[in-house]
Amino acid sequence: MDDPDHLTPLDPAYRSMLRVQFAILAFVLLAAATVAEIAIPGWTGAVWLPVLLLATWLLIRLPMRRYAARGYSLAGERLRVVRGILFRSDTVVPFGRVQHIDVNQGPLERAFRLATLTVHTAGSHNASVSLPGLAHRDALAMREDIRAAIRRNTQ
Amino acid sequence: MSESALGKALRTDPGSFAVRAVSMLFQFVIPLGLAATAISGERGLGNVLTYLVPVALAIVGLSVLIAYLQWTRLTYTVGAEDIRVESGVLSRAARSVPFDRIQDVSLEQKWLPRLFGLVEVKFETGASGGDDLKLAYLSQDEGARLRQTVRSRRDGPTTSGDEPKYPAVEPEPELLFAMPPRRVLAFGIFEFSLAVFAVLGGLAQTFESALPWELWDLGLWQERLAGPGQYLAGLGALAQVVGAIFALLSLALVGVATGVVRTVLREWDFRLERTDKGLRRRRGLLTRTDLVMPVHRVQALRVRTGLIRRRFGWHSLKVVSLASDSGSANHDAAPFARMDEIAPIVRETGFALPHDKLDWHRASGRAHFDSALINFSILTIIATMIAIFSPLWWSALFPFVFGIFAALREIYLWRFNRHALDDTQLYARHGLFAPSTAIGSRVKLQSVDIVQGPIARWRGYADLRLGLAGGRLNLGALPVERAKSLRRALLDSMALLDFSQTMEKGTAPD
Repeated sequence: MDDPDHLTPLDPAYRSMLRVQFAILAFVLLAAATVAEIAIPGWTGAVWLPVLLLATWLLIRLPMRRYAARGYSLAGERLRVVRGILFRSDTVVPFGRVQHIDVNQGPLERAFRLATLTVHTAGSHNASVSLPGLAHRDALAMREDIRAAIRRNTQ
Repeated sequence: MSESALGKALRTDPGSFAVRAVSMLFQFVIPLGLAATAISGERGLGNVLTYLVPVALAIVGLSVLIAYLQWTRLTYTVGAEDIRVESGVLSRAARSVPFDRIQDVSLEQKWLPRLFGLVEVKFETGASGGDDLKLAYLSQDEGARLRQTVRSRRDGPTTSGDEPKYPAVEPEPELLFAMPPRRVLAFGIFEFSLAVFAVLGGLAQTFESALPWELWDLGLWQERLAGPGQYLAGLGALAQVVGAIFALLSLALVGVATGVVRTVLREWDFRLERTDKGLRRRRGLLTRTDLVMPVHRVQALRVRTGLIRRRFGWHSLKVVSLASDSGSANHDAAPFARMDEIAPIVRETGFALPHDKLDWHRASGRAHFDSALINFSILTIIATMIAIFSPLWWSALFPFVFGIFAALREIYLWRFNRHALDDTQLYARHGLFAPSTAIGSRVKLQSVDIVQGPIARWRGYADLRLGLAGGRLNLGALPVERAKSLRRALLDSMALLDFSQTMEKGTAPD
């Protein structure tokens, strides 16, 4: 299970959701830049152009990279969550250490039928490990898997 | 909860909606009313009321509507294996708590819900994030029934008879470690502290306005000292040196005295005993504390020492226990002891001290080299800037020398930080002058995390962070291969026992 090839990618809809999220951010940034341009005498574009470049990167490149950087695995009764572009983190929580499980959906996630799975542990570090970008259906199935494993192990 | 309700989504008591409405009344309407009367003094009550009342009504109406929507969208389900709560109007949150993880169900009644005969039901698990499952509010009967259901579900298949195991007559407690007054005093001397000056400084600043002169005005001080100071200066260099030594000695004396007083107050008559329920610790002169640490809940140990006290062979032992036990999760088991006094206590907790045959590993040399290089470069850049721009060019030496020290420190840390793994335990040694050794049980870890920053990825090292109930256990900057093999080994041993088993008696590693 240490094999990186075994990582399952997140739901493709997550990419679209990220894009919408970043579009909102880009819109806010562009609005602020426009205000700044109006406030500065003369249309120099000194603020607007860099912000436009940043917005393009936010819309086109970043969602792809973030999506590509994330993945998970459930092999061997262990939840493994990999994330991060610059700062990589690779977390493993055995099902036997899960205390309780959340499946949460924000408004955007609901629109895309996605969900975030969060497992809570007793550790002070990694008290909760969350995995966003799962299809809601899959998240529920994963919750059932983890719960069934806990049941089996405590018998 | 009748059996027919099994698996059905239920709503909380409609009364909880009323409780929320009433508490909102207190939160909004009463402050608004107060504000209205306060403003009315200037403009006349009628005037203000005409536009305040509609606003207040609108706010109340809207909050009641939101509260109602939230209430309709909050359901709980008692399933065959878990209890589930779903909530949220715009966002949806679903939390599932398996019965096997519920340690207790508590019913809480504040005064307002109590008027409506309602209770808040809390399902306590071992989760350390502090967010357990809560249901607000249910009727008292429903709360009691729910508690009964959960308890019978949890205990049903596994016949756990925790309570009756204890014999009626407790055996005589056995003294494991005690500190006689002489030991406490010796401990106090090592607890050198200049905290008293910080306190005095703080007090002086607070009451500065009451003092007849400006405390931090140097000129004034020089003026005041001009008379006797002139006299001092006239005494010559030798007298000044003697004076400085005297000042330092008195400073040291105050520091030692503070340390002794604080230590005596905290540690007086320190006693650690083995009782039926675990290790029992009592200490303190004025406030005497009494603490029981159940042995099976000990998650890890920490053995520490200090720069000077290690020369005299003094060490301390701390026990990392479940965070939920009593506020702080780190407890002193032996704050000032010889290693041969610590060893029996360690045995008592079911752990073992590092033995000679351990295969110690160092952190990645590259990581420490990189840190040394980065620290040194940053401080050298600062030094260069100072040398160029500051009129006092020689002050650039301070950051430069500091940079050299920072770099040397990394080399020493590389030599002294190390870790080892044996069949049951993980050992991690940190620190240069005041080394501390953490001893963790392999089966009692909660999660394993491998973290890498951009430089670490480029240079091939990683941090290994371990989830530990009530504490932290990090192995910094390991070569990636070593981090991965450690993770594999740790995960395999964690998989041997379920969380519930690691919290039971008699599963501590031998």
